[in-house]
Amino acid sequence: MRALRAPRATALRHAAVLLPLAAVLVVVTYVFGAFTDYNIAGIAIYAIAAAGLTVLTGINGQLSLGHGALMAVGAYTTSLLLKEQPSLPFLLTLLAAIVVTGAAGGIIGIAAARLRGPYLAGATLALAVGLPQLAIHFGSVLGGNQGLNVAAPQPPAALGGDFPPERWLAWIAIAAALISLFLLANLVRGAAGRTLRAVHDNETAARLAGIDVARVQVLAFVVSAVCAGLAGSLFAYWVGITAPTGFGLQLSLQLLSAIVIGGLGSLTGAVVGAFVLVYLPVWTSGLASNLSLSSDVTNNLPLAVYGAVLVVTMLLFPRGIQGTAAAALSAGRRRLLNRRVNQRTSEVTT
Amino acid sequence: MNVRTPQATWWAKGACMGVAAVLVAACGSTGSTGSTSNQASAPGITATSVTIGSTQPLTGPAAPGYSEIAPASNAYFKYVNAHGGVFGRSINYKFLDDGYNPTNTASLTRQLVLQDSVYADFDSLGTPTHLAVVDYLNQEKVPDLFVASGCNCWNNVSAHPYTFGWQPNYTSEGKILGNYIKQTYAGQKVGYFAQGPNDEFGDDGIAGLNDVLKGGGVTLVSPTQFYAPTAAGAAGVKAEMAAMQAAGVQVVASFSIPLFTAAAIASAASINYHPAFVVSNVGADPPTLTAILTGGSLGVTLPAALLTGLTSDSYLPLVSDSSNPWISLFKGIATQYAPNLPWDGNVLYGEAVAYTFVQSLKAAGQNPSRADIVHAIESSHFTDGPGLAPFAFSASNHLGYTGVQVAVLGAGNVQKAVGPVYTTDLTAGGAITQFSGTPSTPPSNGIPSD
Amino acid sequence: MRTFLILTVDGVTNGFIYAIVALALVMIWRATRVINYAQGAMGMFTTYIALYAISHGVTYWLAFVIALGAGFLLGAGIERVLVRPVESRPPLNIVILTLGLLILLEALAPMLFGGQVKSFPAPFSRIDLSIGTTQLYISPFDIFVVGAVLLTMVVLVLFFQRTTIGLRMRAAAFGPEISRLLGVRVGRMLTLGWGLAALLGALAGLLIAPAIFLYPNNMDEILVFGFTGAILGGLDSPVGAVVGAILVGLVLSYVGGYAGSDLETIGGLVILIAVLMIRPQGLFAAQRQRQA
Repeated sequence: MRALRAPRATALRHAAVLLPLAAVLVVVTYVFGAFTDYNIAGIAIYAIAAAGLTVLTGINGQLSLGHGALMAVGAYTTSLLLKEQPSLPFLLTLLAAIVVTGAAGGIIGIAAARLRGPYLAGATLALAVGLPQLAIHFGSVLGGNQGLNVAAPQPPAALGGDFPPERWLAWIAIAAALISLFLLANLVRGAAGRTLRAVHDNETAARLAGIDVARVQVLAFVVSAVCAGLAGSLFAYWVGITAPTGFGLQLSLQLLSAIVIGGLGSLTGAVVGAFVLVYLPVWTSGLASNLSLSSDVTNNLPLAVYGAVLVVTMLLFPRGIQGTAAAALSAGRRRLLNRRVNQRTSEVTT
Repeated sequence: MNVRTPQATWWAKGACMGVAAVLVAACGSTGSTGSTSNQASAPGITATSVTIGSTQPLTGPAAPGYSEIAPASNAYFKYVNAHGGVFGRSINYKFLDDGYNPTNTASLTRQLVLQDSVYADFDSLGTPTHLAVVDYLNQEKVPDLFVASGCNCWNNVSAHPYTFGWQPNYTSEGKILGNYIKQTYAGQKVGYFAQGPNDEFGDDGIAGLNDVLKGGGVTLVSPTQFYAPTAAGAAGVKAEMAAMQAAGVQVVASFSIPLFTAAAIASAASINYHPAFVVSNVGADPPTLTAILTGGSLGVTLPAALLTGLTSDSYLPLVSDSSNPWISLFKGIATQYAPNLPWDGNVLYGEAVAYTFVQSLKAAGQNPSRADIVHAIESSHFTDGPGLAPFAFSASNHLGYTGVQVAVLGAGNVQKAVGPVYTTDLTAGGAITQFSGTPSTPPSNGIPSD
Repeated sequence: MRTFLILTVDGVTNGFIYAIVALALVMIWRATRVINYAQGAMGMFTTYIALYAISHGVTYWLAFVIALGAGFLLGAGIERVLVRPVESRPPLNIVILTLGLLILLEALAPMLFGGQVKSFPAPFSRIDLSIGTTQLYISPFDIFVVGAVLLTMVVLVLFFQRTTIGLRMRAAAFGPEISRLLGVRVGRMLTLGWGLAALLGALAGLLIAPAIFLYPNNMDEILVFGFTGAILGGLDSPVGAVVGAILVGLVLSYVGGYAGSDLETIGGLVILIAVLMIRPQGLFAAQRQRQA
């Protein structure tokens, strides 16, 4: 009975955080205009994928360098359905992407459960490089190099004719992200989360405790693939096209860097990482355009900054943004506590 | 749908009302070139400037070569700005790096339209990248001018009334190259080397070649030898060349990017195979090829004839033809305003397309709306620009240049034009006709006249 | 037959170059349990240094030595300055650090050396040899590549088996605590390991550049193929890495030649997964375990 009650309290606590957040975000979409709406949608989509990767890599300890390939499976599922049946309901395209990618994640997970460390990294890396090529090989169905176009979801007429599609997509993505985060947070805090962590911390001990390690690892892969599928499906709508060049190795590496920069193993960190992923290019894009330097320098400066940010963050904030902030917070709290204890002891002695 | 740029509209209205209080008749007549003052007639246009934007592969695998295009366009705009601008407005060109990744293109284009309020999207590069935003730009009614890709997908006037191509489409180019092959290499064995499969550059080009060569006159050798445009792929085209050698192919018709043209020529040479190469304009820029091939990558002094005889085509004056007034104009501007750029086909491309934009902006009138520039382009063929053939532009056709002239690389790696300029369309069996117009010369100040 | 011959020679020579990258990865893995994702980019960067030297009148062979030296310094420097401080952190941090380094180097190269595709010289002819009218489909340069890689492997084996410093390096990698107690300066050995690995990376860059030309991203896939080869063979086994890499070279060449170039990378993927399913620690893992 206690075991049941505790997660319910956690669920309530998570809901208490996420619902006001949803309200704030909806207000934000009215304040800053369409470009911010578009970026919020992007953050929400990357956050879903990054949160899934957090469960797999951060919590369960399976390093995936190929998560972009799973997003591609989701994106292509949605795009292909829309190509064949343009009038398909929006939610159905999301659902189909989730199911197909979840299944793909299960298969990859079964294979991955046999692999450890760099062997898993190498296999998933090959997946990220190889899989987009399938879209070229089966070009007549999957669009080849040109890809498949996806129209942005149109806001319902009830919201008025002037309702910007960017805001509508932002709302959808926010809703999807908050629901995903809510479910993942409950999963991570619950019994399943403890099992996931146990396998990461000490595989042998977990096995001795009666945990079916392989099953847990496949489960982690399926959970993260479901997230990647949902994110990939929304990604197709967000970008407007599903083409192999959009799902190169870069995407997988971006997701991985997002969860580490944000703070490995924490869902909040995944969201922070998604924010960095979307806004860092916005901040650095015009960086050197006004300086009178050679174009070879100005063209590459933003990329150099991005690389340097990754290196410097790892050197100075190895626990990521969330980890560093949390550490600072708890250090502050401890100091406060210590002061109180000191006061009390001094009261006693005097 | 114009709600998306409330600020710009507000400014435009404000400016209009302010002027209206003084000069009653002035405001309605945008587009006239009378003695009216400059107004903020559209998003991105102020009394003193026009802001346009672009997405380009400035970094990543597509960057070598292509990253020169936008800085070259910008050099031409700087030149125009230094000489009084267009209707007194200076052109502010904001080009952002999408790394040839459509995900980046999508968000950067929103950044340009929504945050930077550009008047037009100009010369954005790449097929899969730009396909991601072509719907969006048209929904927003943002002029989408002169996409840097020869895909014929830009010509869809009913769905994309704001989008225009610029360079000849690959199919038309393939037809004209096929026509040349048929005439020059009659009775010989012809094989295709192309990017792909399922890549519109290779596929469209081959469609054009087939349209002419399937009709006979030469022996077509199948299958097409495809390459995948990956970094390591360049090391592996030897087998493709050997297959052609084994099949006795005498003429290799190639729709390949420069890296793979170079790899194909080097690989063929390494197996003592010396067919005639006929290469799409995209993959045959002589300075680029020379730079790639003549640095000793074959480990021996290059056979003198390795690049000599390489056949390609051009829709602009030849980059090495320094006696051409357009070339001396553009080369001079590049030297002054972008001294770090090499002088090659990419730089020429960037400046020439910028020239067409300035022509369009002038034609759109003093205080143009976004629709004005679209109408101005539709009603002009800009035959007084650097192009060898006219544009196809009309209310029902948004394709770019209609024709090319074949050029052969001679001694000293200098290209020489061969035969007349041909024009054609992309329909199967559509006639290939000689263009009879005379080449234009640039205005003395190098800026399109009004 | 002709196609088979060409594909085989191509596959083997490319495989030998992947093998150097694989060896470099294995060296760093054995020393510090890190995969250096910047290995390819470092090789690209040092090749630019060589080209810069050549364009300033230095001979090819001196430039070759300069590039190898630059590679060594780059690797050793990166270990000392960047990797050492994060050594005790979770392994993913070092993954991200090397990815950041990869991006940084690919941005710095065009800033310093220009962004165009450049030709890189080959010291021997790449025109295929022939006996009489019979084409051999192998060039003097191909022979040089194979010879250079074989020589490198022999030198490495001798270095690790026969020299004191080589033995110390192995000891530092396998048992850092005990080695420290025995007076081995473990830190210095790790730096040396990174330096030597980067020297190998530089060699790979120099040998592949004539065929794929030189530009900032030219080593991206070479790294992936080298990594695939290393894993195929087993990360702890240098011999395995070389065999795995040559296998990767051959598979890619055959798939590309017979099934179509668009299937090349998928072919590599399928082989990798198939092998890992049967031997999750690579082909040469069992032997390794018996040794350890």
